[in-house]
Amino acid sequence: MSAAAEKETSDGTLEVADPGALGRHLLGIDGMDRSTLEDVLELTDAFAEIGRRPIPRVPALRGRTLATVFFENSTRTRMSFETAARRLSADTISFASGSSSLSKGESLRDTVEVVSSYGVDAMVVRHPMAGTAHRVAEWTDAAVVNAGDGCHEHPTQALLDCYTLRDHRGSLDGMRIAIVGDVRNSRVARSNVLAFNALGAEVVLVAPATLLPPGVGGWPVVVAHELDPLLADLDAIYLLRIQRERITEGLIPSIREFATDFGLTATRTAQLREDALILHPGPTNPGVEISGEAAADPRSVILDQVANGVSVRMAVLFLLLGSGRSASGDVGPVVDQVDREVKR
Amino acid sequence: MSLVIRGGRVIDQKGERKIDVEIGDDGRIAAVGTGLSAEADLDASGCIVSPGFVDLHAHLRQPGQEEAETIETGARGGSLGGYTALVAMPNTEPATDSVAVVEQVRSLGRESMCEIVPSAAMTVERAGEDMAPMGELVDAGVGIFTDDGTGLQDPRLMRRIMEYSTGLTGRLGRPVILAQHCEVSALSAGGFMHEGEWSSRLGIPGQPAEAEELMVMRDIALVRLTGAHMHFQHLSTASSVAMVRGAKAAGLPVTAEATTHHFTLTDAACASYDPVFKVHPPLRTDEDVAAIKEGLADGTIDAVATDHAPHAPHVKERPFDEAPPGMLGLETAFSLTLTESGLDLPEVLAVLSWRPAAIAGLTDRHGIFVEPGAPANLCVIDPDETWTVSGAAMASRSLNTPYEGRSLRGRVRHTIRAGEPVVVDGEACR
Amino acid sequence: MAERERSQTPPFGGVFMPHARIMTADDMGRAVRRMSHEIIERNHGLEEIVVVGLQTGGVPVAERLVATLEDIDGLRPPLGMLDVALHRDDIGIRPVVPEATTDLPADLDGKIVILVDDVLFTGRTIRAALDAVCDFGRPRAVQLAVMVDRGHRELPIRPDFVGKNLPTRRDEVVDVHGDGVDLGVMQK
Repeated sequence: MSAAAEKETSDGTLEVADPGALGRHLLGIDGMDRSTLEDVLELTDAFAEIGRRPIPRVPALRGRTLATVFFENSTRTRMSFETAARRLSADTISFASGSSSLSKGESLRDTVEVVSSYGVDAMVVRHPMAGTAHRVAEWTDAAVVNAGDGCHEHPTQALLDCYTLRDHRGSLDGMRIAIVGDVRNSRVARSNVLAFNALGAEVVLVAPATLLPPGVGGWPVVVAHELDPLLADLDAIYLLRIQRERITEGLIPSIREFATDFGLTATRTAQLREDALILHPGPTNPGVEISGEAAADPRSVILDQVANGVSVRMAVLFLLLGSGRSASGDVGPVVDQVDREVKR
Repeated sequence: MSLVIRGGRVIDQKGERKIDVEIGDDGRIAAVGTGLSAEADLDASGCIVSPGFVDLHAHLRQPGQEEAETIETGARGGSLGGYTALVAMPNTEPATDSVAVVEQVRSLGRESMCEIVPSAAMTVERAGEDMAPMGELVDAGVGIFTDDGTGLQDPRLMRRIMEYSTGLTGRLGRPVILAQHCEVSALSAGGFMHEGEWSSRLGIPGQPAEAEELMVMRDIALVRLTGAHMHFQHLSTASSVAMVRGAKAAGLPVTAEATTHHFTLTDAACASYDPVFKVHPPLRTDEDVAAIKEGLADGTIDAVATDHAPHAPHVKERPFDEAPPGMLGLETAFSLTLTESGLDLPEVLAVLSWRPAAIAGLTDRHGIFVEPGAPANLCVIDPDETWTVSGAAMASRSLNTPYEGRSLRGRVRHTIRAGEPVVVDGEACR
Repeated sequence: MAERERSQTPPFGGVFMPHARIMTADDMGRAVRRMSHEIIERNHGLEEIVVVGLQTGGVPVAERLVATLEDIDGLRPPLGMLDVALHRDDIGIRPVVPEATTDLPADLDGKIVILVDDVLFTGRTIRAALDAVCDFGRPRAVQLAVMVDRGHRELPIRPDFVGKNLPTRRDEVVDVHGDGVDLGVMQK
């Protein structure tokens, strides 16, 4: 399905047309409903099992080619996608450009068309600017997976976070999850707010007012500016990475003040419930948003997140490429139509 | 060759009447009435005959960015949109900040299908640091000064330019118009769309309405101080409109324009991430759109301008943040104003023709009374014809219309520029 | 059930209309018992045996087989389950979604694996299963037990233990369930 949203929404409601239900592309969590999310998470179980086999590889995507197209450096995300692709026997190629295409005088579309012409079946796109994956999806026949676009979305991160929470708790229903830190500049936060909500959790955003997005009033979240009163009441705490640029941008006075007010220190960790979970998208800034003690706490599931990332990405790649789609990239009977009822 | 525009209804500042218009060999209107005869006829049955439109705000990109547009192609698009005069913005390369560049633009425009009215930069190289040679430029016939593309940030320099301009009234024969692109860049920097619910959902950094409003507020205060004539370009927010309304009520010499896109599109359009919807000032909210229409209805906003800003396709094929702002406007302005501004037909023509003509000091030849002796700058429009917008079908060298594929009502049938039919039956004659 | 899965998956979907009962529940019980004896006889006991049911139709058959083997021999062989969806060679031709768990006993090295399915048809499921099993280790031998062999093989694969040989038309469908085995057709 096309990523293009409605060009006009005169009534001003927040109704983006298809931002990527797992049809042809995975561009964002925006627009995915609960059952789609649950389908992906359920399917992920099957792929997690493959990871535990002596030879963790199945031939499901043999002959398919996946390109990672990264305009922003992220070794971890790229490795995770490449591992997922290889476990499914797909071939991988990679395009990396430290800076954006503009500096080379090349339009984004040129780059996409060149990569497409290598005959890739899927493109995993990371770009420092919002909406890039949506644009790329309009210019290629390949399935596009958004691996992070500016401060917009990072859907596979949200899926792996949901999978991790579900793995430990069975369900996100009724969970109270705090997302703490630089929400304003975080694509992870945007995707997770949508995903956690869709799966029935209550989300509390905890940040100084300058690190919240300007339009947060319209989000389905509770907003708080103090962390301490919330700690005893959380099922999970999700810490976001804070970057030093936020000081020069005038968003916070210092990293020290941020860490004091919003960091998950050893003291704060001690106040968390016995069954609370600690998450972080990585890489962490030890001693800033999360202390070494918190990261090493038994309640921390940060390494599970990394491992689950591969399984979730296998599920996503399989859904986009493996099932009912011919090698040319034409959409055959799409996955959504594989109704489990029918197969009983 | 003399010709008669036959069968239409004339609407100008004097009102509406069903008469034919005869145009003589000298490019002026020879006679009006019935039973006129001439060597050729232009059919205007079912149509309105209006003074040609005047755009206060067109980026024709020449000299410097001929890949995006030239004066020739921009003027052709203008003619197809019913325009007979275009005020060319000075953000060319080099900037139009000297008599030499003004003369170049004027000479390139001499053979074009619209009259090209050069405006000049307020500051050298539009850098916002040193005053441009305004006296020389006034002597060369420039009546509108603007650093459009950016606002003039320094309030002290803005004050000086305003004061200086008041001393040039005698040399120009009318007050110099200072046209401001209101944007406090320290507040807007790093933002690429309107800051609000949509920007935060889409993850595109936003720029707040206040970036525009603070400069509107500052300039109104400076107008009060200096008495200079300030024209506010492309007003886009409800508060901006309210402030200009207040300034006018206080009797200050201010005028204002709004673009067609600011009363037809909102920030929701950016959800496609297509940079065709990226423009400065950015598309705003429904409330702002309503306020712009109100401003048009009560005369707070004097004119509809296009801010026609062509960009070559490849530069719009970048991520939203990186793509340059701007959209095409000349060929869609009439239809959009007719159908979406909420104005009745005579008012639509007023905001497109005689009001902007008055601001630009062109009333001796544009926005005319349709009567014998007047220069024949006219357009003939069919208010009922519907057509489908296609960037590729437009005269512009660029494609960046935000209305691609949209069906619009109201179309220009003929345009007559100084007596010459330059558009006949919706086709450019040259 | 593997066969029904394929038949009922779009665009081949439809409703199963049985027209003949091929085996009753008692018939199936007797067949399982006979196959169990054959397995024990062929392998001289159950020492090295691992029974692996193919998801989803082979699993209940494998469970009955294991229970019966224990009943006869006193030793209960380990039971595993295998979903071969991701090893199929028709991925991309039709929609495939792994929907059942794969759970194999730790190490298959040196073991005798008895693959169990409900219906043996083209042999492609078994080929995929052989591939999958090899990713879990190197069994000493792999043997195949099926409740119904309906013919129409497309690959050189034959069963070692068969509940019933059933000549069928290609467009017919065999349904193995708890109460017996039915032959029928899919109606669109």
